[in-house]
Amino acid sequence: MNNILVLPMILPVLVGVMLVFLRPYIRVQRILSVLTTIASAAVAAYCLQHIHLNGIMRLDFGDWLPPHGILFVGDSFAMLLVLVACVVSSIILLYAFATTGIETEVMFFYPFFLFLVAGVNGSFLTGDLFNLFVCFEVMLLASYVLLTLGGRKTQLKEGMTYVLINVLASWFFLLGIAYVYGVLGTLNMAHIAVRVAETGQGPLLTLIAIIFLIVFSLKAGLLLYFWLPGSYSAPPIAVAALFGALLTKVGIYALYRMFTLIFIHDPVIYKIIGVLAGVTMIAGCLGAIAYSDIRQIVSYNVIISVGFVLTGLAVATNTAFQGASYYLIHDMVSKALLFLLAGTVVYLTGRSKFNEISGLIRNYPLVGWLFFLTMLAISGIPPFSGFIGKVYIGLGVIETGSYVLLAVSFLSSIGVLYSLLRIFLNSFWGETIISEDDHKPFQKTIGLPLVLLAILVVGLGIGAELLSPYIEDAANALTNPEQYIRAVMGDNLE
Amino acid sequence: MTKIVFFIILTFGVELFLSGHNNPGGGFIGGLVLSSAFVLLYLVYDIETVHRGTPFDFKRVAAFGVFLAVGTGMLSLLFGESFLSQTTWLVDLPVFGETELGTMTIFEAGVALTVLGVVVTIILGISEDVE
Repeated sequence: MNNILVLPMILPVLVGVMLVFLRPYIRVQRILSVLTTIASAAVAAYCLQHIHLNGIMRLDFGDWLPPHGILFVGDSFAMLLVLVACVVSSIILLYAFATTGIETEVMFFYPFFLFLVAGVNGSFLTGDLFNLFVCFEVMLLASYVLLTLGGRKTQLKEGMTYVLINVLASWFFLLGIAYVYGVLGTLNMAHIAVRVAETGQGPLLTLIAIIFLIVFSLKAGLLLYFWLPGSYSAPPIAVAALFGALLTKVGIYALYRMFTLIFIHDPVIYKIIGVLAGVTMIAGCLGAIAYSDIRQIVSYNVIISVGFVLTGLAVATNTAFQGASYYLIHDMVSKALLFLLAGTVVYLTGRSKFNEISGLIRNYPLVGWLFFLTMLAISGIPPFSGFIGKVYIGLGVIETGSYVLLAVSFLSSIGVLYSLLRIFLNSFWGETIISEDDHKPFQKTIGLPLVLLAILVVGLGIGAELLSPYIEDAANALTNPEQYIRAVMGDNLE
Repeated sequence: MTKIVFFIILTFGVELFLSGHNNPGGGFIGGLVLSSAFVLLYLVYDIETVHRGTPFDFKRVAAFGVFLAVGTGMLSLLFGESFLSQTTWLVDLPVFGETELGTMTIFEAGVALTVLGVVVTIILGISEDVE
């Protein structure tokens, strides 16, 4: 019994609900919400160390033993993601304090922010398929509100697409769950894994696996990403950063969980994932290069990295899983930073096309250099955080000899570099377009979260060694699903 | 007439809510029925009249419901039990005789209030004029 495991999800829910009653007291709301995400991060850090020392943690709700009750399972892979999600959302909150207007804040901005964090953490931690659906819905409902809060025309337009796509995806998700329950008679993920192994993964189960693949691809933006660039560039900056950092990662996590724990017996699926990942990277690069709207380019960068991380799942070796864990962490931090920077540029200049902006670095040197640093990190240049993940995923791909995928994934890095370098050269260099009168002061409160994220980006690159024991745990848990199954079913298996 | 129907629906809602522990029913369904009673009031009288009779914000009712439901789950942490553990006591009450009191009922009450608050908020939100 590890009650602490439930805190990263329950703390945000509980505090979020309390904030509803504190509606007029914005300052109290701000302090409480940032304290909550920091506390959740602290809990996650403690759990991570606990898992490293004592193995996978499990909490049966109300002492209903698996496979009968619902439960939370904390393995290193999930807990690392929870930790980084909490840290990143704390920093994004700091940015939201400075940029979100009071009229938005009073419309329950912070409660929904916390509900979204709760949904994300719950999705990472749950060990039950239906509970995963519920946590997804908590996250999505909060994201619907955050996306449309403010009610500008683009927000409502993109919100409509986003809601429809996600309702459809959720319906398919439910369908898949119904099929699994009908065929296997259980929804506990470890128990499903045991039963799939017992009965063998025949055509029927592979079909169900492909339904889940479609569902989570829609959520993660793996090939089915057509909804993503629009809806990620519509909301306020802080919300866009939260979406870009967290939402697709939950879909990616679910894909990893599904295809490293449950449907692991049919190699065809990994081939399909590989093809999808490759096509996603190519299409993402085309999108990132084709557009001149900074926020669109940044959104397409999210898609490229989704393809890149899932390359790791396609080859499914221990090294690739290590790389994917590193890369997911890096991607959460650096995408948050990239979205915040892009949003800041748009906010400072009032324009969103990079060829209409120039010479920003003269007016705002900090933003310029941070953008440069982020660009290097995302393209995977050492010593920043993207490098180690790319190397390990690359090694994994070489181990399995998928050279086409290798070529595509590393060419995509060049695509990333090119798309961001274009912004950097055009918008930051050259003659400044901002006259003395138009110069908007750069508040320290906007700078602080940017600098904090940049420190993380550098720290993750240089301090990769410190993280490596936990990353190895995560990769081992993914390579050996027996660990997860034993932790959950240990008492009832024999 | 509406008043009579209103009380019939309310009573039925409470009945469903209380029977939920061992029979079909429970917080969710009870909450839905309760909210249908309120929606009926809104339909028959105008929004202002009903608001005078029910001087609370239904968004807060929903929030309080979630707080209650999650709170009972958290309470089990204080007693060193697993999250969401429930207990029951058999109590000899004067009128009802031997009655089973359970923390489950508090949890279910939370669910019922949440459903009530959310449904009424949604209905009111749809009914609002937007220019």
